[in-house]
Amino acid sequence: MPLSMLPEPDRGVLARSGAIIKELEQLIGPEAVISEEEGRRTFEADALTAYRCIPLAVVLPRTTEEVAKVLRYCHENGLKVVPRGAGTSLSGGALPAEDAIVVGISRMNRILDIDYVNRTISVETGITNMAVSEAVAAEGFFYAPDPSSQLACTLGGNLAMNSGGAHCLKYGVTTNNVLGLRIVLMDGEIVEIGGPHLDAEGYDLMALIVGSEGQFGIITEATLRLLAKADGARPILLGFDSSEAAGQCVAAIIASGIIPVAIEFMDKPAIKVAEAYAKAGYPLDVEALLIVEVEGWEEEITRLLADIVEIARTFRPKVVEASTSPEHSERIWKGRKAAFGAIGRISDYYCMDGTIPLSRLAEVLGQIAQICADHGLKVANVFHAGDGNLHPLILYDANNEDEARRAELAGAEILKLCVSVGGCLTGEHGVGIEKRDLMGVQFSAADLKVQMRIKSVFDPQWLLNPGKVFPLDAGEATDVADAAA
Amino acid sequence: MSDLQRPAADWELQFMIAGCAERGMPVEVVGSGSKRAVGRPVESAVTITTISLKGITLYEPSELVMTARAGTPLQLIEAELAAHGQMLAFEPIDIGPTTGGPQGSQTIGAVFAANLSGARRIQCGAARDHLLGLKGVNGRAEMFQAGGRVMKNVTGYDVARGLAGSWGTLAVLTEVTFKVVPWPETAATIVYLGLPDNMAVELLCTAMAQPVEVSGAVHLQAPVAGRLGHAGLKAMGKSVTALRLENFASAVAGRKQRLKEALKVYGKALELDHRETLEFWGELRRLAVMPYRQTLLWRISTKPTTAPKLVAAIKRYMPAEAFYDWAGGLVWLEVPATADAGTAEIRRAAAIHGGHATLIRAEPSVRASVEVFQPLSPPVERLTRELKTAFDPSGILNPGRMYANV
Repeated sequence: MPLSMLPEPDRGVLARSGAIIKELEQLIGPEAVISEEEGRRTFEADALTAYRCIPLAVVLPRTTEEVAKVLRYCHENGLKVVPRGAGTSLSGGALPAEDAIVVGISRMNRILDIDYVNRTISVETGITNMAVSEAVAAEGFFYAPDPSSQLACTLGGNLAMNSGGAHCLKYGVTTNNVLGLRIVLMDGEIVEIGGPHLDAEGYDLMALIVGSEGQFGIITEATLRLLAKADGARPILLGFDSSEAAGQCVAAIIASGIIPVAIEFMDKPAIKVAEAYAKAGYPLDVEALLIVEVEGWEEEITRLLADIVEIARTFRPKVVEASTSPEHSERIWKGRKAAFGAIGRISDYYCMDGTIPLSRLAEVLGQIAQICADHGLKVANVFHAGDGNLHPLILYDANNEDEARRAELAGAEILKLCVSVGGCLTGEHGVGIEKRDLMGVQFSAADLKVQMRIKSVFDPQWLLNPGKVFPLDAGEATDVADAAA
Repeated sequence: MSDLQRPAADWELQFMIAGCAERGMPVEVVGSGSKRAVGRPVESAVTITTISLKGITLYEPSELVMTARAGTPLQLIEAELAAHGQMLAFEPIDIGPTTGGPQGSQTIGAVFAANLSGARRIQCGAARDHLLGLKGVNGRAEMFQAGGRVMKNVTGYDVARGLAGSWGTLAVLTEVTFKVVPWPETAATIVYLGLPDNMAVELLCTAMAQPVEVSGAVHLQAPVAGRLGHAGLKAMGKSVTALRLENFASAVAGRKQRLKEALKVYGKALELDHRETLEFWGELRRLAVMPYRQTLLWRISTKPTTAPKLVAAIKRYMPAEAFYDWAGGLVWLEVPATADAGTAEIRRAAAIHGGHATLIRAEPSVRASVEVFQPLSPPVERLTRELKTAFDPSGILNPGRMYANV
């Protein structure tokens, strides 16, 4: 990876690493500190594996108080801190720095309280996303945000990145489903925000903290909203002759007043690979495939699917296949769920995450294909169409430096395209290290300053998750430091 | 009356704020001014209103998104949405009439600046949850934008949502972009009469746990229900506990049966048809059951099951009448006027039981002397002050409206 991506490490800190590790061990016990190189190497990257860096040390605290001790120590000693959940970030949000301490929350994974009557759950944030929904499933409830990494990813990571998922079309993303937080600030102060009630008092600090990519503090506990689970859900498969027709169909469904739980889109290259791998029964002679899922009880589902078929007819679908049984539903979803993995088996890929206004879908897909062709690369598209959140997968050979560079260039052009049609750089993966240098495409210097001053309020010395979100030179010409006074 | 300025363009607003910032001159920021009597009174020589920043600049019904200048009247926006069969899902309440202001005059910017949500908040989120992006001018006279116009966006910090509910103390909004939704095909309400508070909240919570997507869950104590416009309900002399269902017609019919079945231990339910349902929830949206008068109105946010206990605790100190919204999680509480607004007792009860309280209606002298918004914990207070400094270092925007030093 290009090491220039991270700020220059502090040589003084590196020279003191032995002493720092000793002091951390004294603080929270040697069993909670990983100092051996092999152990530290486990934490050198997240799911954006193109970027790697072995941290100075890794600590795995067991309580909020231990997190506070570590942060206070790092604050007093001017040490950088990189918070980490399960390390599933696709934007390098958990990429360590050579002179940083990684603070992992994975040991803090208890459920603290479940209140079915008031429909809330309180958890430590090292718990996995899936474990939250599983804990309440028997009583007929669920926690709505469901990122595709939900088996592994932690609530802490979800909160830091404001994660979405396939269900968010109907139920919103993380920020819409959190009621309260316990966060440790960089100076070790523990702050409670919100609680089991709706709408916290005063400024909406929760809105600022959720999605701050671990740069404001480490969230150790959260109170989440639980929802009653629908009776059932069923998908329908719709195949079209063109991406344009599929895109128009998505817009027409949304405009009709039906809010499906999910609308997923796959283009021809993605269909081909997914079908070869998963044998989901997808048609191979269509240009675009939609999987639309609705929920409710049986009569409602039947009526909704009939309505969707009626809407889709206008766009002349080649294939209309409504699920008729749970096995059938599973098969329809199997290809979509396996798509990323299936593509990964035939090629390395670079997954983009821009969002666009739905009305520009067909046009943008055409331009994405053109951009990739111009760089001599292939692309497959698999994404959440209902909310315009694209995931073009640019296929390349990671061992070929030139191809990797071209993939990166094509990716940047695609994201610029998303912004130019009224969209944004990232819909759910976060800015992290990956899209940091493109922030100026979406935001003016003044917009960035407004954001950076908020960072200075929470972390005046900019020690938390350094080198992410903002271009490295963004702070130089600004007066962000004065905000902390 | 302070000097009233009505900028008609962002640059004009920027110029005015730059002038005030330079002289350290406090500015009262308002939309139509319908909520002027809420919050601590602002002492200022200049008032800036956004009402000349007006108009819908983007509306894509098939993308469920609208952008409007901050001073656009909410009525105009809702009329335009209705013409396309759409609405604001969060059903913004109008606190103008209950605080002695005009009805139906609020601006869309103010709806978000005050984060005002109505009954449907329980199902689909608050105003802030529907805010996608904004433009504004902060106290440094910097024009900036935050968020965008697409539904899913995690590019940078969520500054737009962070400004919701800041009551014009951090920035003057000039434009907002928000999510809209289609009107449901039909709506129905089922009503239970005469339940005491604790049993009513239990009923509301049971209903919320059913997979029927209840989109309104309220309980009106008998005296409050006596102020309803619905002649039948008004005349009963009993408390009213109501649940709303919205969907396509056959789904509403099916869900209604299912809900009544789940709630049959609470007795026989009355039903309101589509027209009555619109009227009933429309009245609540205007807080018509809490009309303007010389009493105090508190807004208390708490856990649903805690709410009846909290109200009972307050009632030990003063007479109080309650309208419970959000399945009990929000209490509009009317208490007699006193010099200290019952602040000590109400806040103590909230502290013991959990929750927070805002004084919505009181004489200006009272609002100037007590904490109108819930006092903050020391660390949150510090973060609040520092955020204020980051946006408005000379403290000129609505100074003191929320908190004395903010």
